[in-house]
Amino acid sequence: MTPVKIPEPQVKQPKESLFKRLTRQQLFIPVAALILLVLFNLIADPSFFAVSIKENSLGNPVLSGNIISVLDNASELVILAIGMTLVTASSGGQDISVGATMAIAGSVILRMVCGGQVTADTMQMNLLLAVLIGVVVTALFGAFNGILVAYFKIQPMVATLIMYTAGRSIAAWINNNQLPIINDIGFKYAGTFLPGIPVPTPIFITIFVVLVFWLVLKFTNLGLYTQSVGINANSSRLNGLNPQVVKLLTYVILGVCVAVAGFIRVSRSGSINYSRIAENIEMDAILAVALGGNALSGGKFNIYGSILGAYVIQFLTTTLYKYDVPSTALPAYKAVVVILLVVLSAPVVREKLARMRKAPAKAAKEVS
Amino acid sequence: MKKIFCLLLTLSMVLALAACGGGSGTSAPADSGTSAPADTQAPADTAGGDLITVGVINNDPNESGYRTANDAAMRATFTEANGYKATFYNNNDAAQQIATAQQMVQDEVDFLLLSPASTTGWDTVLQDAQAAGTQVILFDRMLEADESMYVAAVVSDMPAEGKTAVDWLAAQGLSEYNIIHIQGHMGSDAQLGRTGALDERVAAEGSWNYVTQQTADWDEATARTIVQSVIDSGKPFNVIYAENNGMARGAVAALDAAGITHGKDGDVIVMGFDSDKWAFEAVLEGSWNYMGLCNPLQADTVDAIIKDLAAGKQPAQKIIYTPEQGFDCNTLTQADVDTYGT
Repeated sequence: MTPVKIPEPQVKQPKESLFKRLTRQQLFIPVAALILLVLFNLIADPSFFAVSIKENSLGNPVLSGNIISVLDNASELVILAIGMTLVTASSGGQDISVGATMAIAGSVILRMVCGGQVTADTMQMNLLLAVLIGVVVTALFGAFNGILVAYFKIQPMVATLIMYTAGRSIAAWINNNQLPIINDIGFKYAGTFLPGIPVPTPIFITIFVVLVFWLVLKFTNLGLYTQSVGINANSSRLNGLNPQVVKLLTYVILGVCVAVAGFIRVSRSGSINYSRIAENIEMDAILAVALGGNALSGGKFNIYGSILGAYVIQFLTTTLYKYDVPSTALPAYKAVVVILLVVLSAPVVREKLARMRKAPAKAAKEVS
Repeated sequence: MKKIFCLLLTLSMVLALAACGGGSGTSAPADSGTSAPADTQAPADTAGGDLITVGVINNDPNESGYRTANDAAMRATFTEANGYKATFYNNNDAAQQIATAQQMVQDEVDFLLLSPASTTGWDTVLQDAQAAGTQVILFDRMLEADESMYVAAVVSDMPAEGKTAVDWLAAQGLSEYNIIHIQGHMGSDAQLGRTGALDERVAAEGSWNYVTQQTADWDEATARTIVQSVIDSGKPFNVIYAENNGMARGAVAALDAAGITHGKDGDVIVMGFDSDKWAFEAVLEGSWNYMGLCNPLQADTVDAIIKDLAAGKQPAQKIIYTPEQGFDCNTLTQADVDTYGT
């Protein structure tokens, strides 16, 4: 039995400085990182933030600029990070198979719209139906992961290692090892621009997904249940919750997120490369959760922290590209961020920080 | 109880994983197992009507359109109808390839066909093969070994591909070359050859500049991001030199989104490599300017070599380069697309 962790009471201490109150906020890390990146770009080259209207090759007016690119390219990651946060909170572990299952989702959707052909010029199936089938398939794979984690009590990383290993082969098998291509412009609307609308469609899809989760967390008990199961599964069972069902549910939800992200990714180009699509995106999704100030050991979570974390990662990536950092070196920069995060959240460091915090507080009391 | 469950699950997982590798992994030893007895019977049977046993070690067919075509051609050629008993193994991991090759040599296949994932580490396999009387033929990729260790190599001449492409680019007579260079997987034969020629020219001529030189690891989405970031930065460019078709396609998606014209009569020259039919069509339509053919169809040549060897005839050359050329949007014909597209 793990001892019950009692969350620190959030009593406001009026004497604390503004800085200290800020640093205690969960969103402090991602916001600070974002501000740092913005400042860096402002000083180094303010034209980074320039947004212009151009005309794309179809004659539609479209917005163009680094900021638009960040918002656009972060879409898949944001959607994954939301699902990953829930999984992390409920099961205290991460799903490392999201990249591979994104390949499966993309493969299924392409197989449906191409109708089994290698190249199709028009969609052979209603797009919405095809996406729905993709959602069902990845939700099933999510359920598979969830059952292993919730009912067989396998560590999430080990359980999802199965799909991590097998997923891309399954994706290839779905399309008979062919690399299908769809040339229908209607399929690419979701990944590029809707005619007449200058904002990239993935941004709208992301806003929609975030809105759905905001509503779900506001009007259902999903958030509360997920948190209580993550903090202590046994005591939540004693309180009438079924921890297994809650855990399973979060994995299924992540599966749905994966399908949406996979759909966006394949509709950007209308094709797929099984061994390369969304490669290593699971690491970015986990990093987004950590950046958002969420404990990777589960329990309390803040979905908006993860969303912000995802944008920070994309902001960092885009900034590095702008300064011609080799794309192979990008993981090294992300590693620096991870190291900082891990060190900052290590118990030893935290204790030290807490002591440093307490010392001035004591001094202040003695004076008064 | 829980422990038993865990044990059962682990077992089922291992089995499931093994089964998932099915198409490539497990079938290899299984097939070669069955082929071994057939082989030992060989001397007893009449020599003429016998199947030739071959072991084919290739890369992951999902790596790219090129590889898909390459793998499909090998599988279509080395069939029983064609006089072969073939075992296929696909993996991008050189260590796995080597282990399987070792197994195939032990099973005494007549020919070992290799497309090595890495150029080094094959010495033991090659020596064992020689000792066992298995003849090794390289296809598609070279490896570092003495020429005496293999009977033939049917490969693409990557530096020549790069040189053909760069010469074509130079012939376009632009006053200034501002190039976005999107590289393949660093260190691969294809990347080294295609980068080498361009690097040389950029270093030699003042009017040739790199706007950016990045690897996209053969990935379309990364290529799109790289080009998008150049467009966002406002730096002028007029050439996209992508080291495979998938990455060229990603680059074009970024150009289209920003309304930059490309291809025939466009502002930006788009260049790709490999042999995909859709890429040929893009060149034919004038959406791209150039495609360097990297011929994935070595199967027929390898087939001919084996048949010759079986008849006691040595191949005329040790290293045979597959015929390759560059295709220009002004001269490409539908007939070329039908002949070379895969």
